[in-house]
Amino acid sequence: MSPDTLVPEPLPYQKADFESNQEVRWCPGCGDYSILATMQRTLAKFKRPKHEYAFISGIGCSSRFPYYMNTYGFHTIHGRAPTIASGLRCVNPNLSIWVITGDGDGLSIGGNHLIHCMRRNINLNILLVNNEIYGLTKGQYSPTSKVGTVTKSTPMGSVDYPINALCIAIASEATFIARTLDSDPNHMSMVLERAEKHKGVSFVEILQNCVIFNDKVHAPVVGRENREDRMIYMEHGKPLLFGKNKSKAIKLNGLRAEVADANDAEAKEHLLIHNEKDATPNYAYLLTQMTYPEMPVPFGVFRDIERPTYDELVLDQEKAALETRGKGDLKKLIYGSNTWEVKA
Amino acid sequence: MCDLTLFLPLSRGSAGKALRERFMMDTEKEAAVKTEQGIQELSAITVRFAGDSGDGMQLTGDQFTDTTAMMGNDFATFPDYPAEIRAPVGTLPGVSSFQIQFSKSIIFTPGDMSDVLVAMNPAALKVNLTNLKKNGLIIVNSDAFNENNLRKSAWKSNPLLDETLKDFQVIKVPLSELTKNALKEHPLKLTEVDRCKNFFALGMMFWLYDRVLDHTVDWITKKFAKKPEMVNANIAALKAGYNYADITETLPTQYRIPKTKMEAGVYRKISGNEATAIGLITAANLAGKTLFYGSYPITPASNILHDLARYKNFGVRTFQAEDEIAAMGTTIGAAYGGAIGVTGTSGPGICLKSEALGLAVMAELPVIVIDVQRGGPSTGMPTKTEQTDLLQVMFGRNGESPVVVIAPKTPSDCFGMAIEAVRLALTHMTPVVFLSEGYLANAAEPWKLPKIEDLPKIEVKHPVAEEGKTFYPYARDEKTLARPWALPGTPGLEHRIGGLSKADLTGNVSYDPENNQKMINLRAEKVQRIADDIPELEVRGEQKGKLLILGWGGTFGAIFQGIEELSGQGIQVSHAHLNYINPFPKNLGKVLANFEKVLIPELNMGHLLMLIRNSFPGVNAVGLNKVKGLPFYGAEITARVKELL
Repeated sequence: MSPDTLVPEPLPYQKADFESNQEVRWCPGCGDYSILATMQRTLAKFKRPKHEYAFISGIGCSSRFPYYMNTYGFHTIHGRAPTIASGLRCVNPNLSIWVITGDGDGLSIGGNHLIHCMRRNINLNILLVNNEIYGLTKGQYSPTSKVGTVTKSTPMGSVDYPINALCIAIASEATFIARTLDSDPNHMSMVLERAEKHKGVSFVEILQNCVIFNDKVHAPVVGRENREDRMIYMEHGKPLLFGKNKSKAIKLNGLRAEVADANDAEAKEHLLIHNEKDATPNYAYLLTQMTYPEMPVPFGVFRDIERPTYDELVLDQEKAALETRGKGDLKKLIYGSNTWEVKA
Repeated sequence: MCDLTLFLPLSRGSAGKALRERFMMDTEKEAAVKTEQGIQELSAITVRFAGDSGDGMQLTGDQFTDTTAMMGNDFATFPDYPAEIRAPVGTLPGVSSFQIQFSKSIIFTPGDMSDVLVAMNPAALKVNLTNLKKNGLIIVNSDAFNENNLRKSAWKSNPLLDETLKDFQVIKVPLSELTKNALKEHPLKLTEVDRCKNFFALGMMFWLYDRVLDHTVDWITKKFAKKPEMVNANIAALKAGYNYADITETLPTQYRIPKTKMEAGVYRKISGNEATAIGLITAANLAGKTLFYGSYPITPASNILHDLARYKNFGVRTFQAEDEIAAMGTTIGAAYGGAIGVTGTSGPGICLKSEALGLAVMAELPVIVIDVQRGGPSTGMPTKTEQTDLLQVMFGRNGESPVVVIAPKTPSDCFGMAIEAVRLALTHMTPVVFLSEGYLANAAEPWKLPKIEDLPKIEVKHPVAEEGKTFYPYARDEKTLARPWALPGTPGLEHRIGGLSKADLTGNVSYDPENNQKMINLRAEKVQRIADDIPELEVRGEQKGKLLILGWGGTFGAIFQGIEELSGQGIQVSHAHLNYINPFPKNLGKVLANFEKVLIPELNMGHLLMLIRNSFPGVNAVGLNKVKGLPFYGAEITARVKELL
């Protein structure tokens, strides 16, 4: 190996290239800082120049995100970011488009758009920052809050059953589905990179900590003292290992997942091997049902399959129309099929 | 500026003085003249076809219209159909009708009361009888007047046998039986045979008005090309109807409406929604841009979406959104990306789009919102016409949120006004609302086709980065106050926009009180300055006087007709019609000040009236208001004018 090859090719961009001149105004300690920094660091790894990115957000704390990215950005209205992003994608196939939303923005007021955006498989990256609370409106429970969450609007605890973001993504047949967390920038960066590389809709749930209104809500799973036993970092083609020395795994018992001893020779044969490419949604759905406290919680890529994107299909139809009918003739269009002439 | 005379409906003739004089002459109602072949000449006639919504009345009306057009008459049509796709057969809610007026002179309405009613069943007779002139001609399918149908349409006794129809000329035709006889050699099922009876009736009407069958024969041949047995049967029914009328002397006499003196040129029949779709494609072409149409199906706007979806080879991208909000959102996204972003809907859809439309105001993006108004409030009368969204589109958003509002006045005028909507949005970087109406959307009239090479290009500039120069997304054009339309993907112009209050120049988030006031003022001023970029309001008739009728939108035809009738009676009234409502044409105040009274007829409870009273408090403005789901009759205009004079 020549010494030259040891020197990595310098990356054309730095993290700083993606930082805007706006002062970041999230609360001190907010998980969004880590997401922002990780995004800037990740984009710097690609060769795509900053003018080819557009960040589109709705309303909520995380939706301030575009202001802090030195790219194109559009801070839109509550819940509607997927629609604006879809329209943009339909007329510009070249941009890298990121939708930044939250559990309230994406799953409550904008739930409908999220579903339809995903089932269309529009080539967008959707980051849903989930802190199980409404932060910007000062702390009401959200559609992902657990039953019994005590907030200003639920003084006796919330009674509505929470929605599972990834289940919605699977039901909507999203082609790339992943979960990561604010406190593990390296994992987040890996997930963001994969989301960007995926052609079609990429849906990423980021568990995020709201330090003011819902502090440590994810700590029972992702907290330093718990994560070894309660988080599974999934890898394609490998068993779902977790616990000290990766001693535990997941096996299938009928239609249910259950914890198994990874080293038990008999159990070994029945361990679940992670498969992101499963064309049916059943396996990925099974993974989403692994929730705290009954089960360890999976992180990483749940699903990564190929399906033609909406935007590609639209362009294909346009091409086909041009091939069969030729470029539109305005005169023919205006004249229509029946005309008559009035002579002078 | 776009040369609007191209698009004025008067361009059927020209808007010139000579033409106006000719109108006066033509409208003097001439007595029917007996011609050498025993055919009576009439100057205008209004025919209404009515039947079950499954009877093919719209199709029959369309065919009658096409032949009328080919034979050189001016016409206006009014399809009137129920919201139910197939209401129970034979019932009153299931009645679908199609009215056409055709004439020797230029007309803009489908006529008030009809001269002739073709009623395919008792329900159709019941629903449409009130709309028939005294002594009018009724052609009924007597086969349909059985006990069951009479009961379903709530006739207490058979109107063909009692005194109910004594004021009319009734021609009882056993249409079902005659059609069956005519088609007995044809290999069709009985139900299929019965469905041909509308062509039998159409054949009779063609004889009555001395029309040729060629056009409809051609149409049937093309339409049913894959089913030759249907081609033969329908043509046979059509001819049998014609011959039946010719031979049996069932009908009193034959009539002829001489050709209309129209300006030389090539014409086609066009409805408002068709003209809107074609106008949008033409505008995109003039601007050299992709047309994006994001829409959610809604009556009566859906067929704009259907039309546009067929024109992918024109670079048109349609997006059927999951809801009205998404339709608006995708449209904003497309405009942000540099396409011509258009969404189309009706009143209920506007309610849902309002918040996002406010975003387009704040982001100052060029989007076009087509509102084909229908009966409201709430679901209202979806297939019926109204003008009740004017105040909603003017003011129905949170905050100070000015948008441009324009309105076409006839079906073919939708073409030019759609181009105007795009031109104003792109030139001034503002949302534009195009207020159409259910009546305009579905009604058809002849359209003198414009020369494409005469249509002015729409200039669009997108900024590029300049060395050493900071880019300001909210810098403004000195003349128009439009901000630059910088497209994502342009190197060096990265910037952020959004719904939060914008700092002047930079567009950064700002809570500065002075800045907020300044931006509110700038956005309002930007819209107001459009008054410099639109034509002044013209007055038809005397420029000064006792009474001006000020209309907007689809009331044009009825006002025109009313004024012609008054003129025939020696009463002179002036007429001005607003295509531009926000901003108003800059001479509007002056025009109004020249009249003692201003009458504003509207299919609402006084929206424009409120705007005029507010903008011009010195003007003595009064309303004529009707919200029945129907267009005005010319007679309603004349009656109100007589009250006021």
